[in-house]
Amino acid sequence: MALLDIKNLHVSLDGKPILNGLNLTVNKGEVHAIMGPNGSGKSTLSYTMAGKPGYEATEGQILLDGEDILGMEPDERAARGVFLAFQYPMEIPGVASMTFLRTALNAQLRQRGKAELSTPEFLKRVREIAKSLEIDPDMLRRAVNVGFSGGEKKRNEVLQMALLEPRLCVLDETDSGLDIDALKIVADGVNRLRSPERAMVVITHYQRLLDHIVPDVVHVLSRGRIVKSGDAALALELEASGYAQFQDEAA
Amino acid sequence: MSLDVRPQKTAAEEALATMFAQARDGLPGNEALATARAAAFRRFESQGLPTWRREEWKYTDLRAAMPQAQPLALRAGRLPSGAPGSPILPVDFGARRLVFSNGIFVPELSDLAELEPGLTIRPMGQALREGDALVRAHLTTHSVSAVPSYDPMQSSDAVQSFVADPAVTLNAALMSDGIVIHVAAGKTVERPIHLLMLSGEEAVSVFSRSLLVAESGARVMVLESHEGGAGHQVNTAFEMVVGDEAHVDHVKLNGGVGLHVASLLATIGGRVRFNTFVFTACCALVRNQMFLRFDGKGTLANIGGSSLLDGRQHVDNTLIADHASPDCQSREVFKTVLDGESRGVFQGKVIVRQKAQKTDARMVTRALLLSDEAEADHKPELEIFADDVQCGHGATTGSLDEELKFYLMARGIPKAEAEALLVQSFVGEAIDGIEHAGLRDALMEAVADWLKTRGERVDASRN
Repeated sequence: MALLDIKNLHVSLDGKPILNGLNLTVNKGEVHAIMGPNGSGKSTLSYTMAGKPGYEATEGQILLDGEDILGMEPDERAARGVFLAFQYPMEIPGVASMTFLRTALNAQLRQRGKAELSTPEFLKRVREIAKSLEIDPDMLRRAVNVGFSGGEKKRNEVLQMALLEPRLCVLDETDSGLDIDALKIVADGVNRLRSPERAMVVITHYQRLLDHIVPDVVHVLSRGRIVKSGDAALALELEASGYAQFQDEAA
Repeated sequence: MSLDVRPQKTAAEEALATMFAQARDGLPGNEALATARAAAFRRFESQGLPTWRREEWKYTDLRAAMPQAQPLALRAGRLPSGAPGSPILPVDFGARRLVFSNGIFVPELSDLAELEPGLTIRPMGQALREGDALVRAHLTTHSVSAVPSYDPMQSSDAVQSFVADPAVTLNAALMSDGIVIHVAAGKTVERPIHLLMLSGEEAVSVFSRSLLVAESGARVMVLESHEGGAGHQVNTAFEMVVGDEAHVDHVKLNGGVGLHVASLLATIGGRVRFNTFVFTACCALVRNQMFLRFDGKGTLANIGGSSLLDGRQHVDNTLIADHASPDCQSREVFKTVLDGESRGVFQGKVIVRQKAQKTDARMVTRALLLSDEAEADHKPELEIFADDVQCGHGATTGSLDEELKFYLMARGIPKAEAEALLVQSFVGEAIDGIEHAGLRDALMEAVADWLKTRGERVDASRN
């Protein structure tokens, strides 16, 4: 059974249809890239998978291990292993990063029926991950994302992902706002998480992220539907020719 | 319209008049003080309990909220058995505890051992009876004889406003006990002083008055925690005289139930660090009024508060920050969380007098509404007579940020826990202004406790 199976997904935002019968199957161990022009529905797809209020699925299913997660709260989806790395990570003044990470990890462990980590175990894990992502431990003493640069926020997303060990990682434009050095650190962090038990959906506008996170499958999203799928070479083709041809196809 | 024309006295006002007539001969103080008390009571009687007609009490109609007055507390009430504790502040961080019951000092429960050099502590009742020089010099009931008649159009002086306030006037007439703290010049009081204000079992009216005199260069932290009892009516006033280059931290915690009116007057010298914070998670009705006057150059003041309300609670934080000297900086940050049908009020007036050039004052008041029935009222005011100043204020009311909530939930944090984290972060921004780390943590614990009971109440209402 596929880890993720999206069937005929229709999603509206404020009554306006954005996704129009999207189908996508992702198996364990695979990395899928979803590319598309602005307004094609990339972010809507990621928010719908994570369960953001307001993104109303009018038709279709999102099956995770065969179970439809569409009716679930965002925290229930997270506990089942869905993780969305946000395009614009939120700043939460007054909540220390460590408190946030610990609350999130313990909540997920609890919901999965596992024991919470002890403080030393937790700190050790966070420090190891932070080191691998070149995150200054002092930053984790500050409030979540407050005063962080765009690149630091993105690295912080990958840190959360590594700590929470999701089974399905959805990366929404993780490359946006990153310079080439930061991009490499983030991509290395993501690549370390690739495993036969885990799948990734990498949403991006540009091909450059895919030089670092090489996908198994590339899909082109246009007007709320996947209009073409191929291997990594498709991304290069898009880089050369642009999206115009697919917008015509969908029309 | 004449504001001096009073309608018929209410039952509570009648009871207060009887109370004063019966108690006046037994109240502590010499003849001069007795005269001052009588004058204060006459002033109170001419105005009565404050109503919405009085601008400073616009949102808190004490006359309507107080249909009856409880009998005057003349002695310490019986306390619940066991060691006296502070439910709102269960953490012991080495403070020197001074215990009061119904506003009356209880020496046998208080820690007066090994006072730091330069620290003097006396019960207010005794100081008034013995005509203590410090009290005669500084307590406004003695030192301010001319009280202006109430004029809502006139610009306010913090000291005059304090003395003319009806609650303070009533307190001046009936004050029975409290504490007098003196810190000598240049001395540092290492242990925080904790005034633990407990309520006896019988419902009473409490009129307590305290005085802190921190001489120049002195350093002290005073913590007040008020544990209100059912039916209790508390009127407490605290006067602080802060000398040049002193450093005073003041934190006031309101817990329990009942009606609570507190007035703080601080006259602050130059190059002082003055911090005051008021935390409220209690009571049917609370009015905290703060009157601060900056009388010297180069002082830094942090004035903050946070209130957590639910049910039909009403909490009013009212502040006058009177910049009477140049080069002072004041920061006012107030945060209110409102659930149920509660009502939160903030009135803040920053006055910058003509000579107070280079004043830097910033006032922020924010309310977070957790229910549709709660109400928040903000009244920020700036009265600026100097031309080279930086002053600003901001007032906002909103509900929990849904985007932030989604972010937290997307990380696996359940809804109730996500909301609790966001409320803590909202309040935490104000609590972060407290310098004492132990106290900061204790208050964040108190916020967490409040949020836990909130969850229980919501669950109960569903069943």
